[in-house]
Amino acid sequence: MALPPFRSAFLSNCFARVCFADRPAAPLVLAPSWVRLRGLPVMGVFFVLFLLVFVNISVAHELTGVVAVEQRVFTKEPLLDEQKEHNYSLAMQLEYYYQFQYQNRFSFIFVPFFRWDSADDERSHFDFREMNFLYGGESWDLRLGIGKVFWGATEFVHLVDIVNQTDLVESIDGEEKLGQPMVHLFLPGQWGGVDLFVLPSFRERTFPGSRGRLRSQLVVDTDHPVFESSEQGNHVDFALRYSHTIGDVDFGLSYFDGTDRQPLLLPGLDGQGLSVLTPYYRQIQQTGFDLQWILGEWLLKMESIYRHYDGEHDHYWAAVGGFEYTVGSLLDSGMDLGLIGEYVHDARGDEALTPFEDDIILGLRLAVNDAAGSEVLAGVIVDMDSPTRLVSLEASRRFGDRMRATVEAGFFLNPPKGDLFYSLREDDFLRVDVAFYF
Amino acid sequence: MKRFLSVCIICLFLSLPAGVLRADTPEEQGLSIALEAERRDDGFGDSTADMKMILKNRHGQESVRLIRIKTLEVKDDGDKSLSVFDTPRDVKGTAFLTFSHKQGDDDQWLYLPALKRVKRINSRNKSGSFMGSEFAYEDISSQESEKYTYKWIKNEPLNGVDCFIIERYPVDLKNSGYTRLLTWIDKDEYRVRKVEYYDRKKSLLKTLTLDGYQQYLGKYWRAHEMHMVNHQNGKSTVLLWTNQQFRQGLSELDFTQNSLKRVR
Repeated sequence: MALPPFRSAFLSNCFARVCFADRPAAPLVLAPSWVRLRGLPVMGVFFVLFLLVFVNISVAHELTGVVAVEQRVFTKEPLLDEQKEHNYSLAMQLEYYYQFQYQNRFSFIFVPFFRWDSADDERSHFDFREMNFLYGGESWDLRLGIGKVFWGATEFVHLVDIVNQTDLVESIDGEEKLGQPMVHLFLPGQWGGVDLFVLPSFRERTFPGSRGRLRSQLVVDTDHPVFESSEQGNHVDFALRYSHTIGDVDFGLSYFDGTDRQPLLLPGLDGQGLSVLTPYYRQIQQTGFDLQWILGEWLLKMESIYRHYDGEHDHYWAAVGGFEYTVGSLLDSGMDLGLIGEYVHDARGDEALTPFEDDIILGLRLAVNDAAGSEVLAGVIVDMDSPTRLVSLEASRRFGDRMRATVEAGFFLNPPKGDLFYSLREDDFLRVDVAFYF
Repeated sequence: MKRFLSVCIICLFLSLPAGVLRADTPEEQGLSIALEAERRDDGFGDSTADMKMILKNRHGQESVRLIRIKTLEVKDDGDKSLSVFDTPRDVKGTAFLTFSHKQGDDDQWLYLPALKRVKRINSRNKSGSFMGSEFAYEDISSQESEKYTYKWIKNEPLNGVDCFIIERYPVDLKNSGYTRLLTWIDKDEYRVRKVEYYDRKKSLLKTLTLDGYQQYLGKYWRAHEMHMVNHQNGKSTVLLWTNQQFRQGLSELDFTQNSLKRVR
């Protein structure tokens, strides 16, 4: 009950800015990411039409959506000539839900997303966040189509979460995800639940383009990705997760076998002989464990992964652990204050592909508990091995019943040469986002 | 025997109810009233309802939330409930799953639809506002008799309805926002008609009045209007209940973390 953290996502936003991780980013072009989904969406649409025509039994359907305008202002000149200094953008997401009358067990959901950005062609993109059929039965659920799932427990770093690819151009916190084609079977029981996934098509990570900011010095050439698998992006991945709640503990044990969502970024040349970073997607097996444990006002969280790379016969582990402490009704004001602390360790050390290899993350979330749902989030990431500090502040509130405004500031302080954030040293920013819901 | 009879006659004369007859101290009388009220709600099985929450500030400006609620009665423990928000739109699809317990903290999970994430949340602080309203979490959570101790104060009519007035004291005093709840319960059907909440400084904080009681399945009474007025900040919240239904065939499977993910 404590902080109704309706927007606790923000939390992660705070710092996720960090997840920018991977090294550089690259310019890309056309080919909206959904084109690469191959036949699946098309099949899905035909399936819907088939059902609508031959099983004409709608009960309930609903269309909702959100339109958001965003302005990002950077405090310093961009590092490179080709980068635009500021940008504004327009985003829209629709959600169409259709429930079939037959036993009320079948439903269809369609969630297209679109963003247009004034500066970055790569950030102007389109995606099917969801487009799937769900059969929700007594003893099993089956989802077919493009879907989204989340695994994990911690707030700032998501080690275990691997099914959906990160939509990095949306925000560098890594919280935004691309829709993933899947066959997803869920089997619940008294002993917990098992999720089984067959993931027939790979989604490539999005990276900012040459004119965008918050990117690596060299752009990532998303047009020419390289895969370890001979099947390229058609490799069929598998995943499963067992989860259970015992008393005050929620935990999950997961396994993934397939294409790593996080590419290596290798120096290379694009078609015109310009220096770029080429994304290289390897084959991995990942075993993950996540846990949340409530102890009074304390919420303890941890995630850990053990990863094996097929090609290099290499492996490593990483873990994150921390707490969230809630001060309820702060000074009798009715406000709730959440204090968050997490520590991340990656056995690869400086070789890690993420900026989190030995970092402490501190955050606080203030829920005002007013009618406007006002919320303030603040956080700092402290790299224990370098002077790098990342600071994020975010405040949001509702206006009326259909509008929410968010103001966010991000600062990249003292990244030394060679640090993953070195290329972001000029990219301190202020972001204003106003979203209208309908 | 004579003495017993005379006691009976005196009691009848005072028209004390049977439940109170057996009790000796005011504490026991209070408890027996609470237990009788609870007994009368036993066996409802499961229910669903739509709730419209109207928030009013000092200046009379209103904002509305629409929430759908499913409840499952659990034998020998607190109820399970699932609440889904339809408005405000920015939190549409957000859902709470609560397993209330007779003893100890409730278990609670929050579903964030944009992230598809189910989060275990801390339920210890019971005094926090529910969605910016004048209802605290402890006001809307399952009112198990074990969560309070009791004391009968007196009997007095409220708006022409004969009522018991009892005081309830939160067992978890440390995390409750209240020191006592002065509660009016009608003698006819043991329905709560009014509650006055006294804060930690023992001054009057809020008054709740419950109206529009309707009976379901020939047994179970539900209030359809609840008015909560906060005397200290001048704000108020009204809950209007519609579409109240019972025995919809809900089971434990409708109250799991997975059910949160597929809730509409």
